[in-house]
Amino acid sequence: MYSGASNLVTTTDNVFFLIIGISVFFLIGISATIIWFIIRYNNKKHPVAEQIHGSLTLEIVWTVIPLILVLIMFFYGWAGYSPVRDAPKDALNIEATARMWSWSFKYPNGVQTDTLIIPLNKAVVLDLISIDVVHSLYIPAFRIKEDMVPGRTNKMWFIGQKTGTYELFCAEYCGLSHSYMFTEVKVLEQQEYDNWMAQRSDTAAQAVAMAVPGAAGRRLIEVNGCLACHSTDGSKLIGPTFKGVYGQTITISTDGQTRQITVDDAYITKSIYEPDVDIVEGYRKGQMQSYKNQLNDQQVQQIIEYLSTLK
Amino acid sequence: MENNHLPNYLEYRGKYKGLLGWLTTTDHKRIGLLYMYSMLTFFATGAVLGILMRLELIAPGKQLMEAQTYNALFTLHGLSMIFLFVIPGVAAVFGNFILPIIIGAKDVAFPRVNLLSWYLYIIGAIIVLTSQFMGDGPPDTGWTFYAPYSLKTQTNVVAAVLGAFVLGFSSILTGLNFITTMHRLRAPGMGWMRMPIFAWTLYATGWIQLLATPIVGITLLMIAAERLLGIGFFDPALGGDPILYQHLFWTYSHPAVYIMILPAMGVISEIIPTFSRKPIFGYTALIISSMAIAFVGYFVWGHHMFTSGMSTGSRWIFSFLSFIVALPSAVKVFNWTATLYKGSIRLQTPFWWAMGFIFVFMIGGFSGLVVGSLATDIHVHDTYFVVAHFHYIVFGGTGFAFFAAMHYWWPKIYGRVYNAKIANIGLGIFFTGFNIIYFPMFILGMQGMPRRYYDYLPQFENWNVVSTIGSWIMVTGLIIIITNLLRARKATGKIVDDPWDGPTLEWSIKSPPIVENFEEIPVVTTGPYEFK
Repeated sequence: MYSGASNLVTTTDNVFFLIIGISVFFLIGISATIIWFIIRYNNKKHPVAEQIHGSLTLEIVWTVIPLILVLIMFFYGWAGYSPVRDAPKDALNIEATARMWSWSFKYPNGVQTDTLIIPLNKAVVLDLISIDVVHSLYIPAFRIKEDMVPGRTNKMWFIGQKTGTYELFCAEYCGLSHSYMFTEVKVLEQQEYDNWMAQRSDTAAQAVAMAVPGAAGRRLIEVNGCLACHSTDGSKLIGPTFKGVYGQTITISTDGQTRQITVDDAYITKSIYEPDVDIVEGYRKGQMQSYKNQLNDQQVQQIIEYLSTLK
Repeated sequence: MENNHLPNYLEYRGKYKGLLGWLTTTDHKRIGLLYMYSMLTFFATGAVLGILMRLELIAPGKQLMEAQTYNALFTLHGLSMIFLFVIPGVAAVFGNFILPIIIGAKDVAFPRVNLLSWYLYIIGAIIVLTSQFMGDGPPDTGWTFYAPYSLKTQTNVVAAVLGAFVLGFSSILTGLNFITTMHRLRAPGMGWMRMPIFAWTLYATGWIQLLATPIVGITLLMIAAERLLGIGFFDPALGGDPILYQHLFWTYSHPAVYIMILPAMGVISEIIPTFSRKPIFGYTALIISSMAIAFVGYFVWGHHMFTSGMSTGSRWIFSFLSFIVALPSAVKVFNWTATLYKGSIRLQTPFWWAMGFIFVFMIGGFSGLVVGSLATDIHVHDTYFVVAHFHYIVFGGTGFAFFAAMHYWWPKIYGRVYNAKIANIGLGIFFTGFNIIYFPMFILGMQGMPRRYYDYLPQFENWNVVSTIGSWIMVTGLIIIITNLLRARKATGKIVDDPWDGPTLEWSIKSPPIVENFEEIPVVTTGPYEFK
């Protein structure tokens, strides 16, 4: 509590203390009254009950006082929350994309990451996008959460006020690996952030891509979350491993018909764009989204280049 | 006694004998017991699933099962506990058994429809349970069937959804039956304002069942139509809206919480006067608060969706109304407490259950303020805090009241008393275990552990271990409680008509009651809780 990690922590934690404080007071007060009545008016001590039917005054008292208290709690809950809806104009705008079961973050200059890296003391607006089912972006240390609903773009904003690494969870149940849909938020000093960004900027990335075969494809695979379901070390996850897949002979099923094929450029392209058509034996249909709108032909080619390096 | 020759409902032989006699009965008391035993079966199933989930969560990483199995497990746990136990719950069992007697009627208004309700309940239950074994595996959507996941998963969602749809009809017909019974069949002299609180809460519940259940019925059919026919209601890929699903689902499923809790509050309102030996404090206030909960409860569903991306206006309006709906519950707690004042309290088992109810219900209610408030809900929404809040209200509220009702009316049902000492020990163990399971979940939620997690980060381990240990304690208590009651049906119980000197009409007749309850319909001349 009161870590000060974001601009919302203090106001939110104040509301927690207000509500929990009032609640504990009444919980103890009412419980103590009940226990006292049970002892005081036990039939052994108090053999004849007084036939009281009620009291209008008391009914009014114990309606009006709680009414005032809940209105106070409502007000502070709303007041603590309302800034969450109004992002400052000069905020850093990052596109956060969720898919089953990974995250990616796209910065205004086109840099993409799978970890959210933000500068200290700077307002950040996240455009929340889901490409498949409902997810929810939750950073407990920041006291912030908002659903990522396919077909619409929700927004959230916050200011990271303390450098450090914080957990980022998916809070809305989204299927098999929901509990592994986890990444981190890193809050960096402005200078550190600028250095990091300079390294990750496009020109640098292209330079790396030129130097190592498949490096561009590897980055695409990381930022598009492919590794949540496909391993590169041969282990079986939700989807087939990428290791040695290029050029391999595999058994696939198309509309219930099984056949053997060799994995080539055309097959990989089809599996990325229409993943539910040819299903590799031993795996389930309906696990993967089409990446038709996420990856263009050139990027798919880079991915194929990377896969062919995984022997 | 001159009426010894009249057979009670357990001995009575109609057209058929034995099991067939039970399966074709239209006697509200036998139907109440049909519900009770089927519900206890599903409750036991749900409890075993809960124990397995807690075992899986005792440490990070895989313990017993794969993630897919765990996801199917919490789905079935939710489906069986919610649709097969707590929604029909107190109303179907004790509403059926007690309502006609407590208002001085021979049966419900439509006895055959009543039997039909039970059959619909069983058919729905069978469909839900067989969905586990057919198609491409057990549903893994959670009991909320959130779109578009429920449209995309390959598991057998359609069958589960259709099962819930059939169960809805059972609930609607029961609500209709009870409302009509109270309008038409009250004993002469029993004006509305002389009707016991338990009947009043069933009346409020009946209207919710009648008006809200069709909405979820339609919604579930829409899911089925979208999966089978590809009609785009909810999937944005087909032009639908996932938020529409959430609105439709909670428009029913929030009032459904009041379907569960109102009759539970009714039970507590019967028990407290009997064991305090004085009238319920604020009879009228309790009735008004029940109707207020039923009414305002329709307009708070959006508080399940504070993080969904609703407009700012909807968010504060739903938050405001959610705080308002807290008031009638607070009024009830104050009136129950005031009933004890200057009473002559008898510390018997049903009374202890009622006190246990008030305590856990208060914790459930107060934690409801945290999730009703916008700033705090944003943090704890979809975390273990909500799991704790929900179990304190639904299991702590409805579950405690269900067991309270069993201990209060068991002598009425079987004409025998149970071993009070064992019952109290069972309650003590159950109460302890209950709080050890669920209270740590509040802390886990505050620490930020999301719900429906098969696996978790190491910092959440300690409280998960505590919670799992609590589940073993609670189940021990449950076994003691249930076996003690079941044994009291025959061997151990002493024969009695009215062990509590109860004030309401059900205690004026023999136990077990005769087939049509009353030899002569009583004439009511006073309010329900008058002690001489």
